[in-house]
Amino acid sequence: MRGDARSMKLLTARDEREALRLYKRYPEALPLAGGTDLMVGWNTGRLNGKTILDLSRLKDWARIRETPMGVWIGALATHTAIRVHPAVKSRFPLLAESSETIGGRQIQNQGTLGGNIANASPAGDTFPALAVYEAKIHTVSDAGRRVVPFSEIFAGVKQTTLQKGELIEGVELTTPSTEPCRQGFRKVGTRAAQAISKTVFAGLLWLNKDRTVDDIRLALGSVATSVRRLEHIETSLTGQKLDPKAITRALNLLSRDIHPIDDIRSTRDYRMLVSRNLITSFLNAR
Amino acid sequence: MQVKINNKNRSFNGTPFKRLIDVLREDFGLTGTKEGCSEGECGACTVLLDGKPVNSCLISICQVEGAAIETVESLGLPEKLHPLQESFLREGGAQCGICTPGMLMTAAAYLKAGGDPSPDAIREELAGNLCRCTGYQHIINSVAKALSENKK
Repeated sequence: MRGDARSMKLLTARDEREALRLYKRYPEALPLAGGTDLMVGWNTGRLNGKTILDLSRLKDWARIRETPMGVWIGALATHTAIRVHPAVKSRFPLLAESSETIGGRQIQNQGTLGGNIANASPAGDTFPALAVYEAKIHTVSDAGRRVVPFSEIFAGVKQTTLQKGELIEGVELTTPSTEPCRQGFRKVGTRAAQAISKTVFAGLLWLNKDRTVDDIRLALGSVATSVRRLEHIETSLTGQKLDPKAITRALNLLSRDIHPIDDIRSTRDYRMLVSRNLITSFLNAR
Repeated sequence: MQVKINNKNRSFNGTPFKRLIDVLREDFGLTGTKEGCSEGECGACTVLLDGKPVNSCLISICQVEGAAIETVESLGLPEKLHPLQESFLREGGAQCGICTPGMLMTAAAYLKAGGDPSPDAIREELAGNLCRCTGYQHIINSVAKALSENKK
């Protein structure tokens, strides 16, 4: 079936207030940010008969600004705006790097961070970075505002914990109180660009003077229903020297942290192996 | 609604959720822009939105009110080709031609930005444009040629 624009009802919000009012009145509406995912549904006819809430006029929601504590990224900021932003690049480099691996330039120029999150794909490329930076998701509805820790925003495949009538307004990133001594991002897919990831990794590491792990944050995407922090591995490594024994012991806990599946893009076994290798190479990096 | 297409102000009063590619082709007769995959993978439908390459199959007309759209028709004329059209001709950058308008538009934005002419940088920039004839080497050469001549 092809898309039929005449069958779709469009709600145009001129500003935030109107957006929230319309969304309250039409809670079944699908919010339209950049549209790079939603419009794929247009093309296959999945949006026929649906109501769309167009947010493209909410220009304030596209802002990125430095704050005393870190960076604020409006929900409608594009992946391009994020990947070239000086404060994002210097303070949250894993988010800039992951934004650069999304689609190609065309998708990066149109797709938005808020749309990426609301879309809740298990393979979202920015999610491991947002997980290790412990982003806070700011939401807004007609009833008021909420701040949701990133770890609590996903409810499952393509499902969020957003409430009825609630939109993502922006993402707050707080600069860690001490700078990590190592930051790593790696996406494994069929090709460098355009591909949806088979596995996507982000990690932050803080070492003490005696080379023991002071703190560590690791996250993997595409290996469970939503992005996962590797809590068992993190706990196992904290306070340890990063020697082969500690690393092996930690990696043996991997199957407690992630639950990859066989699907059209990859297999469970391959994802387990690649995840192991990504973590190992991050821990062994100089 | 108003939208600037190839530097002309145009008004559109049709279905507000019509896709940009359909508006360009059906309402304004700009059939240079091609539809390939309809899912943002192939880049055949690439046009410039306020100077930046985007997939016109993934944008609805309501999202671009007041914006400036440039299509392949804006690049050059048969008697006065754009430098990229010249170089695609000379270097054999086009085979079947379906990907060519999208390749040209992505490359045009890159050229305008004074992009790096190294093959790796060009590949990265054109990663969102697929060529099913797989004539990539000639396409990269064509873009590199236009970029390096632009620098002279």
